[in-house]
Amino acid sequence: MNFPIWPEQASTFATEVDNIAYVLIGLTIFFTVAVMLALMFFAIRYRRGAKVDRSNPVHTSHTLELAWSVPPLIIALGVFAWSVVPYASVYNPPKDADEVYVIGKRWMWHLQHADTGIRENNELHIPINRATKLTIISQDVIHGFYVPEFRVKRDAIPGYYNTCWFQPTKVGKYFLFCTEYCGTNHSQMGGWVYVMSAADYAQWEKQKGRKSGSFEAKATTPADEGEALFRQYGCGNCHTATDTARAPSLVGLYGKERTFTDGSKVPADRNYLRKAIIMPENTLLKGYGTVTRMPSYKDLSEDDINQLIAYIQSLGAVTSAPKVATTDTTSAATPSSRGAQPTRNLP
Amino acid sequence: MSASALKPGALGEVTSAKRLHYLNWSYTVRDWLLTLDHKRIAILYLVSISVMFALGGWAAAMIRIELTSPHGHILENDTYNKIFTMHGVLMVFFFLVPSIPATLGNFVLPLMLGARDLAFPKLNLLSWYFYMAGAALTLYAIISGGVDTGWTFYTPYSSVYSNSNVVLALVGIFLAGFSSIFTGINFIVTIHKMRAPGLTWFRLPLFVWATYAVSVVIVLGTPVVAITLLLVVAERLWNIGIFNPVLGGDPILFQHLFWFYSHPAVYIMILPSFGVISEVIACFSRKRVFGYSFVAFSSLAIGVFGFLVWGHHMFITGQSMYTGIVFSVLSFLVAIPSAIKVFNWTATVYKGTVWFTAPMLYAMGFIGLFTVGGLTGLFLASLAVDVHLNQTYFVVAHFHYVMVGGAMMGYFAGLHFWWPKITGRMYPEFWAKLAAGITFIGFNLTFFPQFIVGYLGMPRRYHNYPSEFQVWHIMSSAGASVLAVGVLIPGIYFLYSLKYGPRAGSNPWGASGLEWMTQSPPIKDNFDEPPVVTWEAYNYEDEVVEETVRDQAAGLEVQRELIGHTPPVTDESKRTDTRPGIPRNE
Repeated sequence: MNFPIWPEQASTFATEVDNIAYVLIGLTIFFTVAVMLALMFFAIRYRRGAKVDRSNPVHTSHTLELAWSVPPLIIALGVFAWSVVPYASVYNPPKDADEVYVIGKRWMWHLQHADTGIRENNELHIPINRATKLTIISQDVIHGFYVPEFRVKRDAIPGYYNTCWFQPTKVGKYFLFCTEYCGTNHSQMGGWVYVMSAADYAQWEKQKGRKSGSFEAKATTPADEGEALFRQYGCGNCHTATDTARAPSLVGLYGKERTFTDGSKVPADRNYLRKAIIMPENTLLKGYGTVTRMPSYKDLSEDDINQLIAYIQSLGAVTSAPKVATTDTTSAATPSSRGAQPTRNLP
Repeated sequence: MSASALKPGALGEVTSAKRLHYLNWSYTVRDWLLTLDHKRIAILYLVSISVMFALGGWAAAMIRIELTSPHGHILENDTYNKIFTMHGVLMVFFFLVPSIPATLGNFVLPLMLGARDLAFPKLNLLSWYFYMAGAALTLYAIISGGVDTGWTFYTPYSSVYSNSNVVLALVGIFLAGFSSIFTGINFIVTIHKMRAPGLTWFRLPLFVWATYAVSVVIVLGTPVVAITLLLVVAERLWNIGIFNPVLGGDPILFQHLFWFYSHPAVYIMILPSFGVISEVIACFSRKRVFGYSFVAFSSLAIGVFGFLVWGHHMFITGQSMYTGIVFSVLSFLVAIPSAIKVFNWTATVYKGTVWFTAPMLYAMGFIGLFTVGGLTGLFLASLAVDVHLNQTYFVVAHFHYVMVGGAMMGYFAGLHFWWPKITGRMYPEFWAKLAAGITFIGFNLTFFPQFIVGYLGMPRRYHNYPSEFQVWHIMSSAGASVLAVGVLIPGIYFLYSLKYGPRAGSNPWGASGLEWMTQSPPIKDNFDEPPVVTWEAYNYEDEVVEETVRDQAAGLEVQRELIGHTPPVTDESKRTDTRPGIPRNE
């Protein structure tokens, strides 16, 4: 039988988290031992019947109270400040991180690599020493994406994208758990994360890419799939290359500030786009809605929405100059120059 | 003062060697079920929560047996989910929350204040009926198919996806919540308005301060969770979109509302224990609690801060980073008043006269376990570390150290401390000390391994788990069997003591509180004459006060003898001779 006492440190976070934990363990042992020893010592020394000096007992002392509350306070605030640093970094993934879409559903994890479009179920293959950013959502109840060896955990919440990231530092096979209770097979929802050397990973990507035809290995990118969906649902009927009275253009939309009919503003991020697709009536833009209103596409799967958002992202972010769409989608090489609107759908 | 407390019609019985007290003035079912006496209501509560504790304990046993195998061989997935939900729901809502306030608090609070009863006796009885109705509904929900949401009822699982008896259980918990609100209101009013003459705020025993803080938290927090649970019911029954994102709701909103109550609820469970420990440590160190006002105000500080830390349950839900930071620092701050208490208790023992009784052993065990429980809470308050540990067995171990090592040990300390007062009987002290030792050891064997397996990454609510973790689960389950023995022994000797225990006398511990100045068990109206307080709390070192207490108690003994009851002299004289400050019967 195995006898593990400490999990492996397989990501850059792991060491940061463990260092804080070591200090906390030290503090726990120190204070527990100090209190218990003092308590036992006093209790035995001053036990009933013992002939000891009990004269001048003290009943209150502001000096003592300060002495034992201020130092712990300072220590506590120190540990607090220290622990903020790695936590805050979880919110700021590196710009060049490889993105993976994660969908939790009862009771499996569905993952898709944003760059290659390779899909995996309950398994995640990633290269070592590369930052991997997860974009996590659930399609039913709340799940939790957890890799203990990375010390990383993030809830998969229905209706809302969460992100987190990690950078694996050790090749190996690690547990992937669901940590938010999600019903019957909660304890069987999980799998493995494989951290591979760069060469092995390239090999794996190639192999996956070749197995075309299988569900797992559609080698088309999410943006390509999104574009197919865009055609299939006839989105281009209204969302043309330029803003019209019917609908705003999606070109260069990603990250742009949107103003609603009530005057409030949000940037067009993933969460906004998702809401705008499935509940457009709740995100009515200022200046639109008089000619026509967008119907709800709430029957789209989370996977489809991921592809559609990837497509919209590929139409250019607000930072890059939006290029007006061409009809040629196959020759699109980089996201910002990707063709956008199928002409046959133009009004 | 001799006959003033006797019911006129009961004099006949008196000559047949019985002093009337709250237990024996009537034996009819009607007088029990419709009683307005806080002491009888406390007994009703004691019996009810003991039943719930036994059921919750049975569920815990099932969990520990199941977890000896990594593949979940004994229970089906759904069954396991229902069992751990049952364990959590019964233990939290039907045992821990009412445990000390509704039983020990109900019994001793009016006595400590020198009052005849609580301010609203009918409300007190109503609270028990609400508790029973809630318990009945929840038990029915469990028996007729079960509930599988976990005690936290996270949405949208509970409000949409679960196929179990969620609504029934929620309504049951809703009713139980109102029972605690009633108790809280009653306590607040009683403490404000019904203190004996001379019993100023700063002469109050610290148990009263703790109970007061708890009552405020209960009254402010419980309505929030009650409404929240009703919202879940509304979404489940009528599809009103509140938490379900498909209907435009927000599942995280539930967590905010739920933890807004349920984190303070942790303090509802632990604060009364703090009060008990202050009483016990002071009594058995024969010394005033060190830093009385610091201990008193730390209870209030915990009550206030307790309301401001709920967000630390949600560090991994993707709430704003800044929200996380604010909740983290507040969670660190709440550790300080708890630390102050622990240090003050330890300092109380210094230069005391320590008497190692069973309640004292439980109290010392409490201090050790609560210290570990509190300090491991800092791991979970630390943002980055919490990301790793949230939802793992580390959390399970931490809150069991606080809830079982803290709240339950405190409850047991209090039960052993006041048992002679409640029943008029002594339990066998040897067995009680043995049980305290076994409980302490068994508890650590059960829950310490869970810290390690938690840090290794074992998620909660899993009964299929990687076999790497098995060794720790087997250790934990083995420890649980020791813990079970430690908890079962008191059950046996308490029942035994009811019939065979030697009579306790009014003040077997030589304790200083007003509750010890009436006979054991107390008369129906608590005191023959309303006491007047002229001394500070825990005035163990003041000879004059000790004499007053002793005289008053001795007066009762004389009175008892006058009436014709002769306590078993051999037993009592043996015991009283070996204890300081005990009223002599001779």
